[in-house]
Amino acid sequence: MKRHFCSFLLLISLFGSILGQEKPTAFINARIIPIVGQPIEQGILLIQNGKIKAVGDARLVKLSSDVQIVDLNGKVIMPGLVDTHSHIGDGSGADGSSPIQPDVRILDSLNPRATSLQRAQSGGITTVNVMPGSGHLDSGQTLYIKLRDGAVKIDDLLIYDKDGKFMGGIKFANGTNPLRTGSGNFPGTRAKSAALVREQFIKAQEYKAKIDKAGNDKTKLPNRDLAMEALVEALEGKRTVHFHTHRADDVMTVLRLHKEFGFKLVLQHVSEAWKIADEIAKAKVPSSIIMIDAPGGKLETMDVSYKNGVALEKAGALVGFHTDDYITDSRLFLRSAGLAMRAGMSREKALYGMTMAGAMMLGMQDRIGSLENGKDADFIVLNGDPLSVYTHVEQTWVDGKNVFDRSIPTDYLTAVGGFGATTDRLVHLDCFDGDVEGGQE
Amino acid sequence: MRISNFKFQLPNFMKYLLFLCVLLMIFASFAQAQIAVKGETIWTMAGDPITNGIVLIKNGKIEAVGTELQVKIPSNYRIISAKVVTPGLIDAHTVIGLNGYLNQPHDQMALDGSSPIQPDLRAIDSYNPEEILIGWVRSYGVTTIHTGHQPSALVPGQTMIAKTVGKTVDDVTIVPGAMLNVTLGESAIASQGRSPGTRAKQVAMLRAELLKAGNYKGEPRDLKQEMWKKVLNREIPLLVTAHRAVDIMNALRIAKEFNIKLVLDGVSDAQQVMSEIKTSGFPVIVHPTMYRAGGETENLSMETAAKLKAAGIPVALQSGYEGYVPKTRIVLFEAALAAANGMSRRDALATVTIDAAKILGLDNRIGSLVAGKDADLAMYDGDPFEYVTHCTGTIINGNVVSDVIR
Repeated sequence: MKRHFCSFLLLISLFGSILGQEKPTAFINARIIPIVGQPIEQGILLIQNGKIKAVGDARLVKLSSDVQIVDLNGKVIMPGLVDTHSHIGDGSGADGSSPIQPDVRILDSLNPRATSLQRAQSGGITTVNVMPGSGHLDSGQTLYIKLRDGAVKIDDLLIYDKDGKFMGGIKFANGTNPLRTGSGNFPGTRAKSAALVREQFIKAQEYKAKIDKAGNDKTKLPNRDLAMEALVEALEGKRTVHFHTHRADDVMTVLRLHKEFGFKLVLQHVSEAWKIADEIAKAKVPSSIIMIDAPGGKLETMDVSYKNGVALEKAGALVGFHTDDYITDSRLFLRSAGLAMRAGMSREKALYGMTMAGAMMLGMQDRIGSLENGKDADFIVLNGDPLSVYTHVEQTWVDGKNVFDRSIPTDYLTAVGGFGATTDRLVHLDCFDGDVEGGQE
Repeated sequence: MRISNFKFQLPNFMKYLLFLCVLLMIFASFAQAQIAVKGETIWTMAGDPITNGIVLIKNGKIEAVGTELQVKIPSNYRIISAKVVTPGLIDAHTVIGLNGYLNQPHDQMALDGSSPIQPDLRAIDSYNPEEILIGWVRSYGVTTIHTGHQPSALVPGQTMIAKTVGKTVDDVTIVPGAMLNVTLGESAIASQGRSPGTRAKQVAMLRAELLKAGNYKGEPRDLKQEMWKKVLNREIPLLVTAHRAVDIMNALRIAKEFNIKLVLDGVSDAQQVMSEIKTSGFPVIVHPTMYRAGGETENLSMETAAKLKAAGIPVALQSGYEGYVPKTRIVLFEAALAAANGMSRRDALATVTIDAAKILGLDNRIGSLVAGKDADLAMYDGDPFEYVTHCTGTIINGNVVSDVIR
């Protein structure tokens, strides 16, 4: 009964937004960190229909008479965080049949009701690059999602590009993870890994040449090949290659492949970035780094350093962050920026790395990553300095909708843990806490 | 060694000069052992924090602690200044030293899989004091660790307590056989038809061991029985890792039956059996605040430490056991998150200093800055818990053992 009513409410709100009738909402008395531009001590953020209508000093932002006011009493607003590499949503990618599987989409395995998505919301994350694992040279296509609330199917979380296609990248890996000596056609060495990847990209180049040659003559098109289609998208720069790589020599191999095939590239992990920061900067390639509490755990991360952030920053390279959840906890994503600053990164670049840099890495810099007019209303409300351990994310907003509120008991449970916190919710609409499975004592 | 005698050739004279230099350096290093640490804030963990205080260190021990007005620095003392000074941190339960950072079979010595019950395995026989991870945690201010076998078998072995600097296990060890590890619950269920295959079997096997040891008379010598006997004689506690409420209750039931001492470990479900834990009187070494929830730890909470403390239960924090990355956690960071989730800063700091020392039975030696105790200190350039604060130095037994800025 409740659920029907809930759906009814949803319908009304949908109807309202279709007609563009949503009232504007102004968040006032906020310290705003817009990321692009200087922090605003006494600021107003104005949103309507899921978009930012205005952001600026309280004395300069004009409010209409129908505006809904939310007084934040000095709390901090910053853009929603962008996690450029995560494994939330119980996803899986390629299987053990082959080391390169570009046709496999993580889209087809994600559980939109997984509590890991809510954990990420409670950490202030609003956009995520959900990736398959690193046990293959190519474990398949990644998916960019927005952590909207109320998803019953993965389609509800997708992000569409200008051509109406849902956005995602493709995951590659080198180093030790894809090595499986004696296991079918998997590589046994680093050189073999590179050779197998080159072989596939060359095949994709040939496949693309056939398509280009066919022109408008559909009879001359090659037979559809799902794997080749994905790699062609990568060659055309439409599908970013997210390359898991740790050791300096492995990073150099990735840069070599990047030079040979010209795909759009994001280096992922880059544990030894501090050793070759200049090379990375010279290649104009962005790095998504991770903060781990201790070195090691595997041979190729013996030299991982918190200094990766500052080294790349000083070299002039673009730096973003990722949780690699479950490796680090999405709820504590801001901690990554704090630890990077501890090791010498500037506050500005550390916060930029949590937001705008990630948006750029996902090709969404025009839509998310900063608080600017016309961008998506994805933002978080914090009760203090974003880089303080004592600060909590109090609210998370995606497309102008509140998806996490620490003052709601079920959301609080997600944020701190406790009995039932990890039980997937049957329906997680915030309008009725009673509909939330696992949220009750 | 009559240095007044100068009837030497020049080379010999040079040798003497060299010898003198070495002597001087030795004296100098002794002189360095006399240190005055000045702190804008000194968390002594014995009373309120001192503002603008001094800790005097002599011969490896704390000589005096007080304000600048109370404590005069003798002229030959080396002065080290820090914004914040705390007692050296204590990690109440880890596996580093037995497990190493490479995570390869040759440096993973915290679990022998040949049998589920091996109380005769001594931690000291696997301990590598030069393990990289020990230096790593030391550089964040950790000066003492309670380490041992990993909670992946019913009785994986013994634990030990060590300082985090030194060349040999003998140099570093404070307590060679501190506790006996027991693991209850899913992570100690054996696979493929072997025992223990169920919770009930785990308890049955433990009871059988304790019953048998009750009849042990010491002849012929049996290393396993000797260890159980120490438990039955209440010489050492069982360190029982138990996450689910059912496992915590199983541990308490065994302790009651055999009148043995326990230290509860992990306790993800603590909030469900808080009054039972409280009534038992046993202390708790709670899971790391940032521990991953899942399986038997699915109900853990960042607030567990705070709630245990609020209930009046003695509680320490730990870095725990990690199978992958990070290969170790750092108790400083775990305490910081506890402070951000319901604990006062003082109480959170206590979970990795004085309260940890009490649970380990070493509060007469470590855990607070009090005259006569070991000179183990950690120094920070701000609130130790903040992400952006650095550990600027670590002192163990009066020696500066880390001065990298971390």
